[in-house]
Amino acid sequence: MSLQVSDLSFSYGTKTALDGVSFSVGHGQFAALLGPNGAGKSTLFSLLTRLFVTQTGEISIAGHDLKTAPLAAMADLGVVFQQTTLDLDLTVRQNLRYFAALHGLSGRAADNRIDAALERLGMEERAGEKARGLNGGHRRRTEIARALLHDPKVLLLDEPTVGLDVPTRGALTRHIHDLCSDTGVTVLWATHLTDEVLDSDQVILLHRGEVLADGRCGALRGDAALPDYFARMTGAPV
Amino acid sequence: MRHALIAMRAIVLREALRFVHQRERFIAALVRPLVWLLVFAAGFRAALGLSISPPYQTYITYETYIVPGLCGMILLFNGMQSSLSLVYDREMGSMRLLLTAPLSRTWLLFSKLLGSTIISILQVYAFLLAAWLFDITLPPLGYLTVLPALVLGGLMLGALGLALSSFIKQLENFAGVMNFVIFPMFFLSSALYPLWKMAESSELLHDICAANPFTHVVELIRFALYVEWNGMAFFWSALATAAFMALAVWGYDPARGMMTRKG
Repeated sequence: MSLQVSDLSFSYGTKTALDGVSFSVGHGQFAALLGPNGAGKSTLFSLLTRLFVTQTGEISIAGHDLKTAPLAAMADLGVVFQQTTLDLDLTVRQNLRYFAALHGLSGRAADNRIDAALERLGMEERAGEKARGLNGGHRRRTEIARALLHDPKVLLLDEPTVGLDVPTRGALTRHIHDLCSDTGVTVLWATHLTDEVLDSDQVILLHRGEVLADGRCGALRGDAALPDYFARMTGAPV
Repeated sequence: MRHALIAMRAIVLREALRFVHQRERFIAALVRPLVWLLVFAAGFRAALGLSISPPYQTYITYETYIVPGLCGMILLFNGMQSSLSLVYDREMGSMRLLLTAPLSRTWLLFSKLLGSTIISILQVYAFLLAAWLFDITLPPLGYLTVLPALVLGGLMLGALGLALSSFIKQLENFAGVMNFVIFPMFFLSSALYPLWKMAESSELLHDICAANPFTHVVELIRFALYVEWNGMAFFWSALATAAFMALAVWGYDPARGMMTRKG
């Protein structure tokens, strides 16, 4: 298993954010972490990226336990945060170079990877532009290219389509699905938007800090449409 | 090890690039002490009589007296500013990114600190050059011997800012930091008036000033500018640097989860 979470619980003081969360995502699988706002998705991401330390439970990334081998685990992890983390005054290439250096890549080796990552995202012509001049979709693509620079085995995306228009959202969702099947990277995609999920995807339904359902989207929803299934499970209006 | 050094260089360079892009910040950093030097000091020269005390060999003007304090002021403001900019959400994002790098958190924070210290020191030298143009000169060798003192002071005040940034929730609290950290630290120190002068008005104030780590940084800089060594100032500055760094590392410790409170 590329990503394994076992019995994870976390609370902010007395308020429980995650309660006994367990799931695993296999190699090359696209898993949608689906949940309404406040379900605990962001807390889970903070734990997965080691911004918080797990209070109880275990996380393993590409076979590395996050507690005992945090640096090895982080080296195999690519992250796209919900809020933009680009330095807007730097060019696309400078942003990527900075990140490459954080992962120990420099010089020609870094440049080659940057070129490859930008090409894959169709961003090679914008390499010299300042991040400030990019539209939302291109900023996101830059961040995805950056998250893939060090060839991570697991890619986390925290509501990456927030603030994007519908066509851009669709293109980005398709792109990450393709990436999954082409490169074998494991993807965990947090969202509350059901139209970003395909029937072949794994769905982990998170609600009020607990996993309500975990399985193939097609099998879970049965004959119901995914939005209806989602609404029924969470009691949330769609 | 190579990985760690590549990352450190990138972090320092990024700080430098960010600074270059914020021209207003550089101008503000240069103008602030110059205003103090040229306006404030001119007024105070008349009011304050300074006698000879080490490291000065002769009578000095008030302008000359406050130069080391203003060097300290640059380090103080810059250290706070570069760390407190982390409180911005956008910056918090880049901090999150930084902390996901597969390197020890202490190393990452130290690299960031080193970056902001180098920027501070360049500003101090720009100020010293400006002061020199206004005929406030120092022993030539002093410009060199002050460098290690500036490094230590920059690290200390940067670490303090970093520690504070991990505890402050919102940018609005920056005003609180100004009122309760920067101003007291600056005014209750030997930056603007010698400690013995302070003792004349209040023993208590004198004791507070003497305990203020910023006083020791200023004194270390003052002596170093005149190619002299001040062991006590060095000892207290080094101790405070270590303490603030430990506090910053603790503040950014994932086990404590500073982000938990950031929400």
